[in-house]
Amino acid sequence: MVNTQVSLCGIRLKNPVMAASGTFGFGQEFARLYDINCLGSFSFKGTTLHKRDGNPTPRIAETPCGMLNAVGLQNPGVEKVIEEELPGIAKIFNAPVMANVSGFSVSDYVWVCELLDQCEQVGWLEVNVSCPNVHGGGMSFGTQASSAAEVTREVKKVCKKPVIIKLSPNVTDIVEIAKACEGAGADGLSLINTLLGMRLNLKTRKPLLPFVTGGLSGPAVFPVALRMVYQVYKAVKIPVIGMGGVSSAEDVIEMMLAGATAVQVGSANLVNPYACRDIVKDLPRAMAEYNITSLEQIIGGAH
Amino acid sequence: MKQVIWELKEHRQIAKNTYLMRLSGDTSSLVNPGQFVEVSLPGFYLRRPFSVCDYDEFGATLIYKVLGQGTKAMTRYEKGMKLDVLCGLGNGFDLSKSGQKPLLVGGGAGVPPLYRLCKELTNMGRQATVVLGFNTKEEVFFEQEFLALGAEVIVCTMDGSKGVKGLVTDACAFENHSYFYACGPLPMLKALCSLAKIPGEVSLEERMGCGFGACMGCAVMTKTGPQRVCKEGPVFHKEALVW
Repeated sequence: MVNTQVSLCGIRLKNPVMAASGTFGFGQEFARLYDINCLGSFSFKGTTLHKRDGNPTPRIAETPCGMLNAVGLQNPGVEKVIEEELPGIAKIFNAPVMANVSGFSVSDYVWVCELLDQCEQVGWLEVNVSCPNVHGGGMSFGTQASSAAEVTREVKKVCKKPVIIKLSPNVTDIVEIAKACEGAGADGLSLINTLLGMRLNLKTRKPLLPFVTGGLSGPAVFPVALRMVYQVYKAVKIPVIGMGGVSSAEDVIEMMLAGATAVQVGSANLVNPYACRDIVKDLPRAMAEYNITSLEQIIGGAH
Repeated sequence: MKQVIWELKEHRQIAKNTYLMRLSGDTSSLVNPGQFVEVSLPGFYLRRPFSVCDYDEFGATLIYKVLGQGTKAMTRYEKGMKLDVLCGLGNGFDLSKSGQKPLLVGGGAGVPPLYRLCKELTNMGRQATVVLGFNTKEEVFFEQEFLALGAEVIVCTMDGSKGVKGLVTDACAFENHSYFYACGPLPMLKALCSLAKIPGEVSLEERMGCGFGACMGCAVMTKTGPQRVCKEGPVFHKEALVW
């Protein structure tokens, strides 16, 4: 028997596989296809203080081995998420969920985190200081150590639950920002958010996305994500959640060897709605193939 | 929605840059005209959405126009090829609202889903009028197929090389109909909705990430807030849209 369990900030997960925010909605679309209780957990759609209609379309573009998105944090706002989406999640998922939070000011983050921290189903807060698809918020907090630390410090003051900071790869030195967040009291780090990219329409000679830039995700970014997880794991003592192009059980194992305690699956959910379930199912086989009896024991094994 | 494998049985060009695919396989998740499928193309990351032109219990017909790298690659697909398809996506048209003489308006690549719609309306005893718009006569397709269903067919071309010269809106006699259904380019749909005094519904097209409601990639603004073209749509009532 192989053991797939891991512990993330004191909460046991049946396996390290989580669906990543923005690719899984609030779970409903997937619960219609399979029992999502097979997942370790999932991080729900990035939630802001006020509802957001998102960016103009098209918001999606194909890339080699991946995609760009510029959705722009379309969500119903924290009040509706608590009133409508969380009760909906309660019907389809029994374990704690990760609440993904975004904001446009430090007080936005604090307010939304404080509200979600009080919800019983929420196991962790994943504070997104790295969304590249909004102006005047999101990523601008996560590209400087001082502002990332400030958000962390203020959110920590109002939360009882573990606070995980989701980091941007669009920085010169992700280790410096990771350390700043750790120093400000973060309980964990998740990385990476999408890489800033763009594409042009050759017919119009203009950007394909009206937002001009978009976040690159999918298998194309996996090596970048893995490198950053490896570097950050070495520099901090708090757990790291690895994500970025993860599409198979082998990718999960590779991320864990690099230093991830849990692993999120993102874009793969969009092209194969059964991706998370398939990866979970396949884990015991992949573990046996690489002589792994306990996933928890391989975390950071590459160092 | 159901993930299925379809086998390519027939593949031919039917007009300029326009191809027809007949595929066999499980179509049990198709329940309404105007639904669409997401096809996985080898070598491309994102699936591609296509409206369903027609289907029966054994398979489905898709018609696509070559618009980019993905559809260009599709033209080389050969008989016997197996395609991974997410089938039965979206809500499709509301047949109950048609009235006795519905008007169906299709522009270019927006024509295919109207075929199944027309077939079902005709089977219900409705007398459909179909207005088909294209740029030029080389692009015209399915005129005969709609005629064979018993519909009245009006073809329009922008350059006047076939049928009525001009836009589909020039050929729509809304006053003779109680309800309209439309699918085509956004400017065409906008013009129709602003000109038509009668109620109707339009099928929208948008670039999609997933096609089943997970990614918020294909939102359209409605009177009740943003809705997903893939999930709440692709068909929306004229009155619901905020253009």
